Amino acid sequence: MQSIIAIAGLAKTYAPRPPMGAFEALKSIDLDVRRGEIFALLGPNGAGKTTLINIVCGIVTATSGTVLVDGHDNVAEFRAARSRIGLVPQELHTDAFETVWKTVSFSRGLWGKPANPAFIEKILKDLSLWEKKDNRIMTLSGGMKRRVMIAKALAHEPQILFLDEPTAGVDVELRRDMWALVRRLRDSGVTIVLTTHYIQEAEEMADRVGVISAGALIVVEDKTTLMRKLGRKQLTLHLHQRIESIPAALGAHALELRPGGQDLVYTYDTNTDRSGIAALLQDVGAAGIRFTDLQTKESSLEEIFVSLVSKRS
Amino acid sequence: MNLIAIRSIYVFEMSRWFRTVLQSILSPVISTTLYFVVFGAAIGSRFSDVGGIGYGSFIVPGLIMLMLLTQSVANASFGIYFPRFTGTIYELLSAPVSYLEIVLGYVGAAATKSIILGLIILATAGLFVPVHILHPFWMIGFLVLTAATFSLLGFIIGVWADGFEKLQLVPLLVITPLTFLGGTFYSVQMLPPAWQKVALVNPVLYLVSGFRWSFYGIADLSVAVSLGMTLAFLAVCLAVIAWIFKTGYRLKT
Ligand SMILES: Nc1ncnc2c1ncn2[C@@H]1O[C@H](COP(=O)(O)OP(=O)(O)O)[C@@H](O)[C@H]1O
Ligand SMILES: [Mg+2]
Repeated sequence: MQSIIAIAGLAKTYAPRPPMGAFEALKSIDLDVRRGEIFALLGPNGAGKTTLINIVCGIVTATSGTVLVDGHDNVAEFRAARSRIGLVPQELHTDAFETVWKTVSFSRGLWGKPANPAFIEKILKDLSLWEKKDNRIMTLSGGMKRRVMIAKALAHEPQILFLDEPTAGVDVELRRDMWALVRRLRDSGVTIVLTTHYIQEAEEMADRVGVISAGALIVVEDKTTLMRKLGRKQLTLHLHQRIESIPAALGAHALELRPGGQDLVYTYDTNTDRSGIAALLQDVGAAGIRFTDLQTKESSLEEIFVSLVSKRS
Repeated sequence: MNLIAIRSIYVFEMSRWFRTVLQSILSPVISTTLYFVVFGAAIGSRFSDVGGIGYGSFIVPGLIMLMLLTQSVANASFGIYFPRFTGTIYELLSAPVSYLEIVLGYVGAAATKSIILGLIILATAGLFVPVHILHPFWMIGFLVLTAATFSLLGFIIGVWADGFEKLQLVPLLVITPLTFLGGTFYSVQMLPPAWQKVALVNPVLYLVSGFRWSFYGIADLSVAVSLGMTLAFLAVCLAVIAWIFKTGYRLKT
């Protein structure tokens, strides 16, 4: 089946802004987003996620490369391309003096859709904004403003929804509501592209994940495959007494003794049902090894990038 | 053509204006009234008639032009600068609207506002001095053409400005002086010959002259020249806007 978004050789170099020189934010990106999936673009701050999304949506001009949205070139056939897209940008940009109802209805009109109060009502109710529909936006909290931005993006019934860092600075309740909404939208056939710098978020939501770092896509993979690669955790046991080597009784476990002989490190996969921690601790106890402290640590995104990049080269 | 989008922008802009409509109308009406009190009554009584028209009546078209120019520039520049300033421009840039449609929506709304103000000032003037309109069709024509042209200029300024100071600067440093020197309160024929030549460089002179002709049938310059210059200025503004959108100047990175 044809990809709903097909990006080929997309590059962006931002013009110099003295005192800063020109900046290459994207280096020849190739990416296909499948129809109806939830795609997560995972990468640290400054990786180029927003730049990529903004080029697809028409806010930033690409230096080179092409973007096809449902088969339509996003520059030459911008009307066809953009009419399919709804965007919730990273920053909160709202019309402070307008009411919720007016600003959301305006978005629908801007996309050339005839007014449909019943549909707007449904969106506002879905986003728990109905009671606030006649309030001016400046009177709303940050979380409510973000809901308004989502409502604006959905007002014209897009086939593709871009969510740029949707959970940055968002409270638990909105996060939960938002994920529920995203799943409902996906079930109704909407393709969703979201960006995040949290691995857990990509893991929780996405069908597929693209990892982007320093303007380059490092991997694009099914979430489960990728999480198997990424989702590693380490358990460190700080021992009561120094040991020379790992006792034979613990030979069945993937253990590593840190130099100094006082820290035993166990690396395990967070994605399996059985991490092996219980069995390990039991065996450690049976071997008569006592420990004074224990800690677990997840590999950081940076560590993962480093390992992915080194694996690739 | 995304007509629904043009209408949406237009209605959105107009409703923004209507929210503060009293302020928007009050200040031009008050300043016009002051002009009539000062120029028309206090000073004007010492002036002789200009071309057979009482001085108070003579300045009406110029005053309307003054308001039309300043209000068109102010409304249109603010209209596009504000979304740039708040960041809501992202939506306009990502919407399936062409540049022409954006301009029609914003400039159309700005021009409508200043035309409404122009007509209100005309009505206010009628309370103080006798006003008659010889060529109503041409009067409306010049009104609309001028409002559109200077709203386009305002749009350009709103795209160019990168701060509120710059937004105020152009109207203050360029539009107001040009209007005052453009024969608003006098006929250029009253100027010394050398200055008459200098005045001809001023585009506002042509607007005021043509507009005044539509009222009283008297003009400093031929109507055809006035119309031609106005259209030429309109074309220049359109060309600049086409360039802005082609290059994404100050709108896209
Ligand atoms: N308008 C701009 N001009 C110059 N550099 C920019 C501009 N916008 C973003 N950048 C730079 O491009 C890089 C990528 O930015 P961005 O796409 O926002 O990353 P992300 O969304 O992944 O955090 C960053 O280093 C940022 O500083
Ligand atoms: Mg970003």
